[in-house]
Amino acid sequence: MPSGSQVIKDIRSQIEEVDPSDVYELQAQNGSAPDFVIVDVREQGEWEQGHIPGAVHVPRGHLESRIERAVPDKSQRVILYCATGQRSALAAQTMESLLDYDDVASMNGGFVLWKDRGYPFDKPRILTSEQKERYSRHLLVPEVGLEGQQKLLDAKVLLIGAGGLGSPAALYLAAAGVGTLGIVDDDEVDLSNLQRQVIHTQARIGEPKVDSAAQTIAALNPDVEVVPYRTRLSKENVLDLIADYDVIVDGADNFPTRYLLNDAAVRLRKPVVHASILGFDGQLTVFVPYEGPCYRCLYPQPPPADLAPSCGANGVLGVLPGIMGLLQANEAIKLIVGAGEPLVGRLLLFEALSTQFTTLRVRRDAEGCPVCGDGVDLEGTEFEDYEALCAAAG
Amino acid sequence: MATVKIPPVLRPSVGGQSEVPIQGSTVGEVLEGLAGEHPQTRDQLFSSEGELNRYVNVYVNDEDVRVQDGLATGVRSGDTVVILPAMAGGL
Repeated sequence: MPSGSQVIKDIRSQIEEVDPSDVYELQAQNGSAPDFVIVDVREQGEWEQGHIPGAVHVPRGHLESRIERAVPDKSQRVILYCATGQRSALAAQTMESLLDYDDVASMNGGFVLWKDRGYPFDKPRILTSEQKERYSRHLLVPEVGLEGQQKLLDAKVLLIGAGGLGSPAALYLAAAGVGTLGIVDDDEVDLSNLQRQVIHTQARIGEPKVDSAAQTIAALNPDVEVVPYRTRLSKENVLDLIADYDVIVDGADNFPTRYLLNDAAVRLRKPVVHASILGFDGQLTVFVPYEGPCYRCLYPQPPPADLAPSCGANGVLGVLPGIMGLLQANEAIKLIVGAGEPLVGRLLLFEALSTQFTTLRVRRDAEGCPVCGDGVDLEGTEFEDYEALCAAAG
Repeated sequence: MATVKIPPVLRPSVGGQSEVPIQGSTVGEVLEGLAGEHPQTRDQLFSSEGELNRYVNVYVNDEDVRVQDGLATGVRSGDTVVILPAMAGGL
């Protein structure tokens, strides 16, 4: 019978081993879109003490059950590491001989040598035991995981409106642990709001919506800091309001505000998760300045007043803003954690009566857009008179 | 026959329908056919010069006709033509 150390030695002679300097150089060359995956096979506690930037975590004990989710393409180059290079060697052998991966290497010397060489590493902020329990279902999905949850806790999202769209979006963003939620709304809670604006309550009729929303969120998740702005978005305040935030969720109820927000967001390069609703129909898209179209590429001109009724005038099914607001929260979370495909360059239409989703393509108007078009310099320019722009459309 | 999807704001002009089947081999013909059957939609779709109003987007098979051939964009039987004005509601 060979000894355990002899078995490890034999396996290490059978698999490919790479030096930390090779991995470091490979990372430096490939930048943000590498054609290889680095997998950390150590235990949770070791990972939390620090890990190679960009690595994914699959503890060796869970290798067989989880690696195919983390690395679905078996022909992809995979570099494994542990603390010193022993466990990763065993994991590399398992992946090649039992799981059919083609191109697996183990990093010699592991994370200990990586750190000794002075290469960079990320040290995740540790969640409290209460946070680990609160967000346990997020921690279980690899697309969020510990890193994604920390990004959520560090994220700052600004909600324009605490109404039909803003209420459900705020509730779920708060539940998800978005660390800072700014809410812009100058209105008070009204009985007619409660058919759909689920963040407010009967007892708070007459209170400012921003305060009512803050109370509900405080009761739901103490990790979230709510910053209430009891005001309307205006030419004077828009840049200051959005400057500190990572993602803007647009739940405004009128065209002037939507055009103003767009023009300011393009100027400061802030992503806007946009939704609008009427009756039984909703629209959703994500505007990421210069990566995709902006609101003016999609709608260069507001429609005349007779073609742009408000929900107050025309009515809206109560669950519709719930559905659309949650789709906004979904897009915001994807932008924050960097998972999936945000709805950039696509406009989603939802028809509640027929339960149909339609996705249309929307392109950035590089030649004609007066805001994000090529060669348009917004530096130092004044915002338009949006009320006049929309009144002129009529 | 193409299927024209009617946005909420235009539905009162077409008797409340959300989809209308219309003949036509181009977007222009289809929209003209719609305006012929439902005259109230004409001013909502077209300017006095007969151009598509700038605040109305029209998509054939999920792509904006303005990046295709405009009103001359071909429409085949079974295609879906989506008419889409901007909506502002959020409350």
